[in-house]
Amino acid sequence: MVDASRLGLIRAGVTACLALVLAPLLLLVGHSAAYASTVVDEPATCTPSPENGCLRVQLPRGVEVAGIQFLVETPSGDTVLQETDEQGFSILEVTEPGEYTVTIDESTLPPGVAILPDAQGNVIVTRTAVLELTEGRQASLRPAALNFSVRAEDYRSVTPLSEQLAQALASGIRLGLLLALASVGLSLIYGTTGLSSFSHAEQVTLGGMTAYVMVQWFGVPFLLAAVLTVIVCGATGYLQDRVIWQPLRHRGVGLIQMMIVTIGLSLALQYTFQVVVGADTVRVLTTQAATVSVGPVTLTTQSLFAMGIAVLVLSVVGFALLRTRLGRATRAVSDNPALAAASGIDVDRVIRMVWILSTALAGLSGVMLALVLNGVKWNSGLQILLLLFAAVTLGGLGTAFGALIGALIIGVMVELTPVLGAPGDLKYATALLVLILLLMVRPQGILGKAQRVG
Amino acid sequence: MNEQKPPVHGDEVSPDDLVEDYEIEVDELPEELLEESTKSKTVKTLILTGVGVFVLAAMWFVATNFTGTIPNLCAQVLREALKPQTAAVAIAVIGLNIHFGFTGLLNIGQAGFMLLGAYGFAIALSNGLPIWLAVLIGLACAAVFSLLLGIPTLKLRGDYLAIVTISAAEILRYVGRLSQLGDVTGGSHGLAGSAYRGSFTDLSFFGDGRTAVGPFNYHNTGVDGWWVRAVAWATVAVVLLIVWLLVRSPWGRLLRGVREDEDAIRSLGKNVYMIKMQALLIGGSLGALGGMIYVLPTSVQPDAMGRSLTFFIWTALLLGGAATIFGPVLGAILFFSVRILIRGVTDAVVPDSIMTTQQAAQFSWVVVGVMLMLLVIFRPQGILGNKRELQFNA
Amino acid sequence: MPEQTVVTDLSDPQARRALVQGIEATPGVAKPDPILTVDNIVRRFGGMTAVDVDHLEVQRGIITALIGPNGAGKTTFFNLITGFDQATSAKTMFHRPAKAAHWSFNGQSLDNTSASAVSRAGMVRTFQLTKALSRMTVLDNMMLGARGQRGEQLLFSWLQPLWGRQERQNTAKALELLDRFQLLEKKNDYAGSLSGGQRKLLEMARALMTDPTMIMLDEPMAGVNPALTQSLLRHIQDLRDEGMTVLFVEHDMHMVRHISDWVVVMAEGRVVAEGESQVVMADQAVIDAYLGAHHDTDLGDDSLLEDEALQQLAREVAEEEAGDDK
Repeated sequence: MVDASRLGLIRAGVTACLALVLAPLLLLVGHSAAYASTVVDEPATCTPSPENGCLRVQLPRGVEVAGIQFLVETPSGDTVLQETDEQGFSILEVTEPGEYTVTIDESTLPPGVAILPDAQGNVIVTRTAVLELTEGRQASLRPAALNFSVRAEDYRSVTPLSEQLAQALASGIRLGLLLALASVGLSLIYGTTGLSSFSHAEQVTLGGMTAYVMVQWFGVPFLLAAVLTVIVCGATGYLQDRVIWQPLRHRGVGLIQMMIVTIGLSLALQYTFQVVVGADTVRVLTTQAATVSVGPVTLTTQSLFAMGIAVLVLSVVGFALLRTRLGRATRAVSDNPALAAASGIDVDRVIRMVWILSTALAGLSGVMLALVLNGVKWNSGLQILLLLFAAVTLGGLGTAFGALIGALIIGVMVELTPVLGAPGDLKYATALLVLILLLMVRPQGILGKAQRVG
Repeated sequence: MNEQKPPVHGDEVSPDDLVEDYEIEVDELPEELLEESTKSKTVKTLILTGVGVFVLAAMWFVATNFTGTIPNLCAQVLREALKPQTAAVAIAVIGLNIHFGFTGLLNIGQAGFMLLGAYGFAIALSNGLPIWLAVLIGLACAAVFSLLLGIPTLKLRGDYLAIVTISAAEILRYVGRLSQLGDVTGGSHGLAGSAYRGSFTDLSFFGDGRTAVGPFNYHNTGVDGWWVRAVAWATVAVVLLIVWLLVRSPWGRLLRGVREDEDAIRSLGKNVYMIKMQALLIGGSLGALGGMIYVLPTSVQPDAMGRSLTFFIWTALLLGGAATIFGPVLGAILFFSVRILIRGVTDAVVPDSIMTTQQAAQFSWVVVGVMLMLLVIFRPQGILGNKRELQFNA
Repeated sequence: MPEQTVVTDLSDPQARRALVQGIEATPGVAKPDPILTVDNIVRRFGGMTAVDVDHLEVQRGIITALIGPNGAGKTTFFNLITGFDQATSAKTMFHRPAKAAHWSFNGQSLDNTSASAVSRAGMVRTFQLTKALSRMTVLDNMMLGARGQRGEQLLFSWLQPLWGRQERQNTAKALELLDRFQLLEKKNDYAGSLSGGQRKLLEMARALMTDPTMIMLDEPMAGVNPALTQSLLRHIQDLRDEGMTVLFVEHDMHMVRHISDWVVVMAEGRVVAEGESQVVMADQAVIDAYLGAHHDTDLGDDSLLEDEALQQLAREVAEEEAGDDK
């Protein structure tokens, strides 16, 4: 694996965001899996620009403890005292590259919260991070990540379990809906061509990246960028089918062989993202989103917007599959390609449409995920690839509606795992474990047809 | 995942059957394409070996007799080819070859087997167990893992094994990263090599000091020296010998039979389930062995043995040629050294203003990805593979 | 194993016929020396019942043909008794039907037995769509058929001296069989390069490598060119003459009447008739089964009972059914 903080070059107006994540024992500390987990709804009172970066201190969701103090020593020797607010945030605008030293004042930690000792048993209260000026076409401040692990023994008593469940359920449905956008497409491709496309995850990343490039590099308004992204992604689907998949199908290339071609494509795309955009997380929108609270559930307006769009699009796709000519043709091809061809359906055309639709949906999913989950990174897709496969398999291989249900189940399961007491690091693992267990009991998935399994 | 539609049981001739029949007809290639006489095979092998030796010798010569960018690059490529990690991956690829190349099992979680082997080995060593026991523990972990994965899935259609292996490998990685297990696995930081390497370097009879041979200059023992290289490649040789003995036997024939058609083998009274389990077990254990060697010169990093590594293993297998004896080793060596070559060439040719060194490294991965695609499309049998036997689209 | 009381020279047609002579031609009738007995086999796919056989016995040492129009459930029945499919009526851990499926071969119960165990019991089958192992040589295909190979055990496989002798014996046997089936010169070719008929031959030869007691052929003539058909038929008869029991599925009645000693007719999943071939061909139930959709045809016309006419009608019915299904 490539160390994300060592690779990559930040372009355009983004400077450094030094994220200092104070994570409780139960939540994941680290860069990679933080994607879908901890950092979601933070207020950004500091906007990165070519002149400055942001030093962000954040407590994970669920530990909204105000008043934890820490001392920041800047490279020029100044010291700044920072304090977390009610939401567990603190953001400091910084302007100079160099070494920052952050020291937590342990006496300000509330009862039940303590710094987690490292593997050697030392409690480290001081950490340093270097923000360096990178050479390149454009100088920029490279971020450095700093992690403190905090033990929060009884923080869960702070919020009643029922409220946590409600919040997790809402987040789960949100994640599930966004996963569904991508997995329905994956399922349609599988259904019509039998191909398990490993590069579908990169199509999701592509969505987020395209939106990012449009909004942040070229200043396209977000909504327009989102629409354009969907179109661009759909076009990649058309192009792929035209250049790669259709010729391979016509040559009678085997499915395993094609699957490995998708693995190659996925690898190539991941590193293309790194070459073009860099290896760090980038954000499509850097403005702060307002939050809406309904009872115990708090979601950002962006989240609500994304969920609304997802529901709308999924309904339209569902309706189209059931009611339109093309939809029926698609289902006919999924059912039995030879028969569909014999009854006058242009199978190639249907499959091409499926590719366009699937990649467009994946692109949309990517934009929404980037919006809701605090940015997109070259391996964002890779992170959710298995969740997509799990959703598709859970629902029954090749059934589009099964994929929808599967995605919702997976989404909720992922978000519920930490609340129900399992280590947060295992939130993806539990989803996969449930998948394996389900396959043993019901190999055809939830909506699959039993007799097709030999 | 990839579903081969099961034959429709029943008399109804469905369109599916017609298609299947049709494919069989297409399968019948003219005789001359099928005949690959042993003579031409030997000639081909000789030519390939000759070219390989020549290229190596030329690079060696350039690397030792000149200085500059190109000789430097040659030396880098040679060093990469001889790296213990290359040998480690080669062993894992040989294991995958047993799974996929010979038996047709779709294991997309070989890195999981490696990780498990590495954990078992390193944790046992850092708790003071003797090294032979540590190796056995690593192998036993992989064996248990194979049984856990195989018992429920090997009776189902092939793609279920694929889903389960890739998922289980990921679960392993997540569990290994778990901060609660920090005392055992080191959490996301992994286990430092110094914690377990001692008893391995103690075995060395190479003595202290450095030895330089051509472009290679390493400590005799050291952390990443001649000793670990010698052990790694000797292991590759032993594994090759064992695999050769196994696959030329009637057991190996049985594996290929299962790859071709399970039902046919079943109808001949063979216990297909057992054969697949044996193959899974042996290939997985080889994966674990590769994992142990992989971590000897470095440290156990759960994230270093994730999906990417699995994909590299697949690429190496297809590059060298599945269902061949030497293909996996050749594939692994080529995979790593060609990437270094691409990186070096890109870095040297493309000016920094267009692509930095870092981007050149990333670009080399892009090329690897594209190479994998082209390879699978245009030469599915790999370098050493037999065209007829190794089209894996049956 | 029940002792073989009837010692007959099976190459003599009269003696063979004597084995089943005088047996009443009704479905499920008892045979003097059944090698295979089947009870209550039901298989449903969704709502459709593909197979529903109450009772059937197969006489030892003769050729029994299982015929019926397309969709009659012949192959499904085959799959069920050879362990490649599981009967809906099978007794399982959770499901104990009142009339549980039960069948025995050579006195050995085969309920819930895996396909490989069925084969090891001596009942070896071939497939309608031949399963030649395409990317292996013809000889390797044959060698896989040999039983009890020491070298197939993982533990011994890497020690060649332990299995070398057995391997040589098996090779000799395989070459002999290949010679008999006119495949000897193809021994080093990939099985995928054989023609459809040659694959059928190979599959049959491979099945014989297992020294079966009973061989079950699923449409051995399908897709075989006419030139090879005769030789195939000859081989099947030879097997019987050597004392093997043969059960084969076929929907071409013409083929059946020439070589079979006993005919079982299936339609819509049930055994509708059985008997000696001449008797069965004249049976009204059989005609109904084959002509189902053509009841308006004048059955008084004797020409309908000619093979060609029956075949023609059978084909028409098959085509119509194929059309209706979709």
